[in-house]
Amino acid sequence: MELNWTALAIFILLFGFITWLGFAAARWRRGDLELLHEWGLGGRRFGTLITWFLLGGDIYTAYTFIAVPALAFGAGAIAFFAVPYTIIIYPLLFIVFPRLWYVCHKRGYVTAADFVRGRFGNRWLALAITITGIVATMPYIALQLVGLQVVIGAMGVMGEGFAADIPLIIAFIILAAFTYSSGLRAPAAIAIVKDLLIYVTAFAAVIIVPIELGGFGKIFAAVPPEKLLLAVPQGQTTGAYGTYATLALGSAFALLLYPHTMTAILSATSGHTVRRNAALLPAYTFMLGLLALLGFFALADGVDKLPEFAEGFRAFKNNFAVPALFLHNFPSWFAGVAFAAIGIGALVPAAIMSIAAANLFTRNVYREFFHAHATDQQESQMAKWASLVVKFGALVFIVFVPLQYAIQLQLLGGIWIIQTLPAVLIGLYTRWFNAWALLIGWAVGTFAGTYMAAAVNFAATYPLAIGGWTFPGYTALYTLILNLIVAIVLTPVLNALSASSADQTVAADYHA
Amino acid sequence: MDNSRDPAWSWWYLLLVLQFIPALWVPFYNSVEPTFAGIPFFYWFQLALVFASAAVTAVVYWATE
Repeated sequence: MELNWTALAIFILLFGFITWLGFAAARWRRGDLELLHEWGLGGRRFGTLITWFLLGGDIYTAYTFIAVPALAFGAGAIAFFAVPYTIIIYPLLFIVFPRLWYVCHKRGYVTAADFVRGRFGNRWLALAITITGIVATMPYIALQLVGLQVVIGAMGVMGEGFAADIPLIIAFIILAAFTYSSGLRAPAAIAIVKDLLIYVTAFAAVIIVPIELGGFGKIFAAVPPEKLLLAVPQGQTTGAYGTYATLALGSAFALLLYPHTMTAILSATSGHTVRRNAALLPAYTFMLGLLALLGFFALADGVDKLPEFAEGFRAFKNNFAVPALFLHNFPSWFAGVAFAAIGIGALVPAAIMSIAAANLFTRNVYREFFHAHATDQQESQMAKWASLVVKFGALVFIVFVPLQYAIQLQLLGGIWIIQTLPAVLIGLYTRWFNAWALLIGWAVGTFAGTYMAAAVNFAATYPLAIGGWTFPGYTALYTLILNLIVAIVLTPVLNALSASSADQTVAADYHA
Repeated sequence: MDNSRDPAWSWWYLLLVLQFIPALWVPFYNSVEPTFAGIPFFYWFQLALVFASAAVTAVVYWATE
């Protein structure tokens, strides 16, 4: 593919701008960056609008913008589960997360594991939450790089061997440097630019491409019937319906438990800010739905059959569908804007994820197990180093390990992170569970989920068979139920065996 | 601040939870007809649901503030 100079120039210009912004953000709503809650939570001072941009940049990642339309392009209707998934998140966010915000604010907790440590008084349960969070986040960061790789490739920057990865490495050094120096303020500032670019891009595509292709009717007529709708279940199975609904529900639970979601929510200035955002964030869901449609636009446009895109599809498979659509239907300069939106969209969540993992490591491993009397300064310095290690790990992963493994690990990450739900989310309402029972439930869910996923060759869904019926569904949701059953059954047994530990929190901590 | 009221649960939240039913009742919307501006029901219904659920959340926000 030839180098697309116009698109590349726009891309580099916008990238230069956000690099400056990332460093300048250190002085924004100035705080002492040698305190962990200043570096790692932006001082808990983000109002409704900034939280909206931050959470939007966090939840709707570059990988989403590439992978969801790619799934629509390749597999059809099933990709639209992203819409009910991101509808369901917000009622949950509205009801549950203000409680988490208040208790974390009042007790100075920075991570979900901090909360679990305080609530259940069991450091091993908190460690399980911590490790799960870090391990589930790493492949997620790696996948952000995939989004970046695809758009860099789409501008004709392709090389052989090590040279192919140089642009990616440069982007990552920039990311690592501004995260280190500015903490959570950097992705918060950059998210504003990124989201505005994404909105412009998405709406332009949804208006202009259908005009060029002769309207929505024509586009959907070009989609093969087996891709247009979900297959109606035949015989004794819930079929694609069960798959679709469980993927939506399970993904919503999992997303709320990821450390980067926690970090963005805890950085809000009040529980009211969190609630207000639950009503405002669906704007992103609508946009994600529009972007999913781009997969069908690409199908109708037949971009995979055009000779100029053959190389891109060979290198990036269906992930190339959206970049090809932009290159084919828009002038180069606008393709540059779109690619910058996706590329910057990779940096925002990658920065938040690495900060979230760093907060976890610092609070719940370093301070808990190695340096109980760490000063504030030592704590924030450790977090800064940890954020570098996490990002470097993700970079090494994507450069040296086949992409397929990153995707499989990210899938497993969803199954692992959902196992923290009983301790974190149910823990917000009740302390009925025994901490050791929660830990055993977590272990059973994690191992069963990993085993089930491996048994179906790392597909997201498992065909659960009960009494002649088959229920294909999201493995994470099934193993969460198993986890809960284990924890419920073991709680009375273990309560009888051992004295329960103290709860640091009181009922008044959970509301304004 | 009003500390007397524990906001763990409000009956208004039932409205929020009820949204899960149309979002997850897949057989209801898995059809092409009725189309809207050429867009099959499956797609426009779910997109419309985004607005409906945002509106419900806003109502519950005002009702429980």
